[in-house]
Amino acid sequence: MNKASIVIIGAGISGLSTAYNLAKEGMQDIHVIDKGYFTNGSTGRCGAGVRQQWSTKMNCILAKKSIEFFGRANEELGYHKDIEFKQEGYLILATTEEEDLQFEKNVKLQNSLGIPTVKLTVEEALKVVPHLNKDSFISATYCKTDGHVNPFLMSEAYYLAAKKLGVNFHFYEEVKAIVIEEKTIKKVVTDKGEYITDKVLNAAGGYAKEIGLMAGVEIPVFSENHEILVTERSKPLQGPMVMSFSKNIYCQQVPHGSFLMGRSNPYAEISHDISSSWEFLDEMAKTVLHILPEVAKLRVIRTWGGSYNISPDRQPIISDTKELKGFYMACGFSGHGFMFAPITGELLTEIILEKTLDEYANELHIDRFKDKDITVFEHSVV
Amino acid sequence: MSKKDIIICRCEDISLQDVHDCLESGYTTVEDIKRILRVGMGPCQGQTCSHLIQAEIAKFLGMRKEDVLFQKTRPLVTGVSLEAIAKQALKGEENE
Repeated sequence: MNKASIVIIGAGISGLSTAYNLAKEGMQDIHVIDKGYFTNGSTGRCGAGVRQQWSTKMNCILAKKSIEFFGRANEELGYHKDIEFKQEGYLILATTEEEDLQFEKNVKLQNSLGIPTVKLTVEEALKVVPHLNKDSFISATYCKTDGHVNPFLMSEAYYLAAKKLGVNFHFYEEVKAIVIEEKTIKKVVTDKGEYITDKVLNAAGGYAKEIGLMAGVEIPVFSENHEILVTERSKPLQGPMVMSFSKNIYCQQVPHGSFLMGRSNPYAEISHDISSSWEFLDEMAKTVLHILPEVAKLRVIRTWGGSYNISPDRQPIISDTKELKGFYMACGFSGHGFMFAPITGELLTEIILEKTLDEYANELHIDRFKDKDITVFEHSVV
Repeated sequence: MSKKDIIICRCEDISLQDVHDCLESGYTTVEDIKRILRVGMGPCQGQTCSHLIQAEIAKFLGMRKEDVLFQKTRPLVTGVSLEAIAKQALKGEENE
């Protein structure tokens, strides 16, 4: 039987980042448990974009701090490869008057927080991405410090750095129960063994709700399938991620040369489904042909799906809970857990080690949903 | 012949040496190796390399090849341009 100072459930990017940060602070006997292969969950399925252009202050702050980390990640983590951090921006298209007005507000908010977004006319946007269909949008916003990070390699960088600091990893092992006696966590039971511990971090991504219920903690999140596709490689064609909320698309060429693109399904049901559908392929293809006809000439080679774990205000829950001492959670990222992972790990480490949190981070607590109407809501989500 | 000169994945230019290094560093399933090396992520979607990698894993772990789990097969069966898919979809809508 293992003794653990903390059991982290889920070796996706949030669990990895937190394991690394805790170990860096000197915590020993950290055990990370994951039911599948390396990055089998949402991290390995994500769109690999990292952006700071949000409509809520909270998401802007989390994104900016994370981008700063990506810039120094190879060095800080002592990674022998490269996380492929590419900063060629996000170009977000407005296609309606309403969206144009909202973007005006977004840019003001982002600028006030030190994020260098600019609003562009159609002509100016065409200088950034010349192959855009000029008739498909009315204005755009552009932040040149947004970009891309390779999710597999970023995860490996954290994983190797955490391992070097003594963190124990258990892949292909599934958590079956969290044993609680007198409102205290006693142990975590898996299909392979037991871990004596009084601390658990729920970083289970799409399964965060189920892990919460194992501990008797209700977390107001749900999971939804979001599909994505990748094309064959092409020569460098497009620097920035091109995105539109109203047209429902994000599309970026990654350093490897492939294009990654995805959209949400307005009819998606709450479930753990991560399968591929022909409807997605049809809708995606039509949208790309309309906005980026040049990119539509490329061949699709693979499609897949992954879970968005969605919170009521589309902002993450990074929190402990009054209901159960020693139970922590990083969930409800609503499709953006990968790009927020560096700050997620840092904040959780502060929460777990009972340090004083920066004022803003208190709003990430799960209690914000208790008996309250949601007043702040993130609109900028595909 | 040096293991560096034996190409296992032609799409992503991955050598037998790369695969052995990956096994040595603890990644011992097709799915794991795929994500670290990109084998099976190119245009042929692993039709050439996956079997070879399965065999290398079997040798490394002392298992039978057929007991090494294969990667998940995902659509599409072959590469198709987005334009062709879009035009077919639009044609279908007109006919409705």
